[in-house]
Amino acid sequence: MGLLDQKLAQGGIIISKLEDLINWARLSSMWPMGFGTACCAIEFMSAQATPYDLDRLGIVPRASPRQSDVMIVAGTVTFKMADRVRRLYEQMAEPRYVISMGSCSNVGGPYWEHGYHVVKGVDRIIPVDVYVPGCPPRPEALIGGLIKLQEKIRGESIVAPKALEKMLEEDS
Amino acid sequence: MNFEALLEHIKGCLGEEAILSIDESCTPMAIVMGPEKLLEHMEVLHAEEQLYFDQLSCVTGIDNGPEAGTMEVIYQLYSIAYNHHLMVKVQLNREQPILPSLVSVWKTADWHEREAYDLLGIRFENHPDLRRILLPADWEGHPLRKDYQHQEYYRGVKVAY
Repeated sequence: MGLLDQKLAQGGIIISKLEDLINWARLSSMWPMGFGTACCAIEFMSAQATPYDLDRLGIVPRASPRQSDVMIVAGTVTFKMADRVRRLYEQMAEPRYVISMGSCSNVGGPYWEHGYHVVKGVDRIIPVDVYVPGCPPRPEALIGGLIKLQEKIRGESIVAPKALEKMLEEDS
Repeated sequence: MNFEALLEHIKGCLGEEAILSIDESCTPMAIVMGPEKLLEHMEVLHAEEQLYFDQLSCVTGIDNGPEAGTMEVIYQLYSIAYNHHLMVKVQLNREQPILPSLVSVWKTADWHEREAYDLLGIRFENHPDLRRILLPADWEGHPLRKDYQHQEYYRGVKVAY
């Protein structure tokens, strides 16, 4: 038994900062939305499956944006798809995070020059927290991106929320 | 039937003047027809007992560019009953690319013609539903044209890299 279990089993009290507790809860259950727009989704799927097992990080794909915390944009975003991606993002509850997975959703990928139909980076339509490079990125790379996002959440503060910081930045 | 036999038979059914030229470099070998009587000719190819092209496998549109001033539409025909193939090429004026629709002959033509319309702007007369099939309805221009210029912004999102 670990230290934590012993304390709880003996009716002990754990003292923590509320901020740390909230951040710990958030980063331990980042539920991504189960959707993909191109071949990166295959790597995303294999990251969820047994060999890489995203569940050990508390990451379980959800079928609805209402239940999702993270949107992993896995693949090429066409202009026709852009409206749907934006709408799905808007349907997610705060706090919400976006991981841009692969070259296409980072910068347009191989379609950067002649892809008249491709949005050259999903950050042109929704804000992105973490970019994962690769074409497509291996599951290890995606897991790396998710751990980067965990680090970001760990550093969040309830007294200085992100949205307020952004507003202040825009005002200055 | 091999190509020579097909060619003789088609000439017998449609008349010598229906076939403008032949192109033996293609696979399957191609006949070139004019756009004017295309629907009538295709109806014969579809229904005639010895030819019986009951399947339209593909419709392809090509833009030869502003210098050439032409566009092409290529039909791949196949007879399931006789197992013979034929390619039919039609050349169009690039300024006014209009062809009769073949939906009344082969239902397959519906989506194929919509694709050629969407990407190249070739108009198919009497098509039951000539809308864009791949691009959004409010897209400007036809991207597979050689002189295509994409718009600067699409719904507020910059298009260029």
